Amino acid sequence: MATKASRTAARFMMAPAVTLLLGWMLVPLIMTLYFSFADYRPLRNVFEPWIGFDNYERFVSSSAFWDSVTTTLVMVGSILAITVVLGILIALLLDKPIFGQGIVRILVISPFFVMPTVSALAWKNMMMDPVNGVLSHVWRFFGATPHDWLVETPLLSIILIVSWQWLPFATLILLTAIQSLDGEQLEAAEMDGAPALKRFWYIILPHLGRAITIVILIQTIFLLGIFAEIFVTTQGSFGTRTLTYLVFQRVLESQNVGLGSAGGILAVILANIVAIFLMRIVGKNLDA
Amino acid sequence: MGQITLNQVTKSFGETQVIPPLDLTIEDGEFAVFVGPSGCGKSTLLRLIAGLEDVSSGHIEIDGRDVTDVAPAKRGLAMVFQSYALYPHMSVRKNIAFPMKMAGVDQAEQDARIKKAAAALNLTDYLDRRPGQLSGGQRQRVAIGRAIVREPEAFLFDEPLSNLDAALRVGMRMEIGELHKQLATTMIYVTHDQVEAMTMADKIVVLRAGVIEQVGSPLDLYHNPRNLFVAGFIGSPTMNLISGAEAEQHGAATIGIRPEHLTVTQDGPWQGTVGVAEHLGSDTFVHVHGTGLAETITVRQAGDVPVRHGDTVRLTPDLSRMHKFGADGLRL
Repeated sequence: MATKASRTAARFMMAPAVTLLLGWMLVPLIMTLYFSFADYRPLRNVFEPWIGFDNYERFVSSSAFWDSVTTTLVMVGSILAITVVLGILIALLLDKPIFGQGIVRILVISPFFVMPTVSALAWKNMMMDPVNGVLSHVWRFFGATPHDWLVETPLLSIILIVSWQWLPFATLILLTAIQSLDGEQLEAAEMDGAPALKRFWYIILPHLGRAITIVILIQTIFLLGIFAEIFVTTQGSFGTRTLTYLVFQRVLESQNVGLGSAGGILAVILANIVAIFLMRIVGKNLDA
Repeated sequence: MGQITLNQVTKSFGETQVIPPLDLTIEDGEFAVFVGPSGCGKSTLLRLIAGLEDVSSGHIEIDGRDVTDVAPAKRGLAMVFQSYALYPHMSVRKNIAFPMKMAGVDQAEQDARIKKAAAALNLTDYLDRRPGQLSGGQRQRVAIGRAIVREPEAFLFDEPLSNLDAALRVGMRMEIGELHKQLATTMIYVTHDQVEAMTMADKIVVLRAGVIEQVGSPLDLYHNPRNLFVAGFIGSPTMNLISGAEAEQHGAATIGIRPEHLTVTQDGPWQGTVGVAEHLGSDTFVHVHGTGLAETITVRQAGDVPVRHGDTVRLTPDLSRMHKFGADGLRL
């Protein structure tokens, strides 16, 4: 029962929280915008408030920029592909009644509980280490030369680590979607002469459309900002420097706040372009 | 083409046997209705015939071909589900086309069959809509359309009308009945509603706890119920069942008399007080208490009978229409 008075009261009571959140968002954004037009290098005591678009020009014209954009897109795209495809397969398996179902489901979800830094360290030192890693033991068991993951295939390694972290999220959402599928639809399709693969293609997959869209949108938002995994493993070397990491390097390693801020603003714009594209491609699944 | 024979078929879920050995033959072109209270195994029986459940033992034959181990799609049966089970992401046209697409029917033939089915079911204007945009009755018709285009040996209906409102249910009942006359294909229809069973069936199969209690035509079941269960289940309002001294006078453990075979008279042998009198205009249902025979005796009188709550009435049974049952519940 929202009367006019109660609505006004609600607005008054919500105002502090909204103002705080707005400030929280706007202040850093405006400061970044401000710095991006300034020549600001604190360690050299340089601060010139207005240099126009110089920072942007320098950031975009450096070869590192386009490499980092490509790396970001490859990384995010691969992780999305791996988590969605494997997520669907694992969700289909978990949907089957099995012994110890509850425990298996908790085990599948558990990687999501591990902090990114910790999981990256665990993968780096326990799984992918060329001397003592589990994977190199496996390689040696089969008589092969151990693969030095983070040196020889650094981008692939990081993709694997992050996919491992996000697979539970995808699986969980897709599993709930599969469970909401009406069993009679599958039986009807079976009666209609659709074998298992066609039932998957024509019935289950379209039913999962919306869940897949949600997985892709949410994961993209988080994956564009991957940082800890790169920082802990390769420090951005060997072609693993994403846009986020490049911004970090400009600000903290080169101590050029202006240049980094320009990169940050570009990253925001790029993220929005990606988001609009995604919405266009998959967003129609969210209607109806 | 569509004679279905069940031969010593059983079904168990784990330790529980839901269908003890069962024999049944449904003739080609027959409209058979499985009827019984919830949980009597009628849906399970239908699913066994469809192949959606595997039989635990026994054989199922369609036109003399043993299909016990044949996949559901290869049995040549089409099923209409209680929830309609339409594919929500496909248009009505694609829903109806789906079984033909799976069977690899060529496009021209598909279009022709869809057109024919849509015309027969009044769906022509809705072919490009999604199931979500249709009413319950229309969805039901799409489900039937999807079954028709397969040109099956037999149709299986699993409580298809239970999600519709009462008025629509009567209409769809007629439509399915007419469809059967038109196609002359075997149909098996599962329902818990004995009115649906009585109005539609050529042959009614009354089930209780997985056991066939009686098989027969609707009127056969009405006039000659084989046991107490069938007597109580078929007919509306239900038959008055009286046991005790009155029954013994007629040499039975229980006697049954249908409400329509009782008359309110001045000098009948049974006396009681009117509880509720339901005046429907065409009929009056009088519920009589305190007769000492059974808790309530229901009487059906044609037309409007001037009785009210609290009146004392006398009842005369039509003794020639009385059913007598022994102590084992079987008809004498």
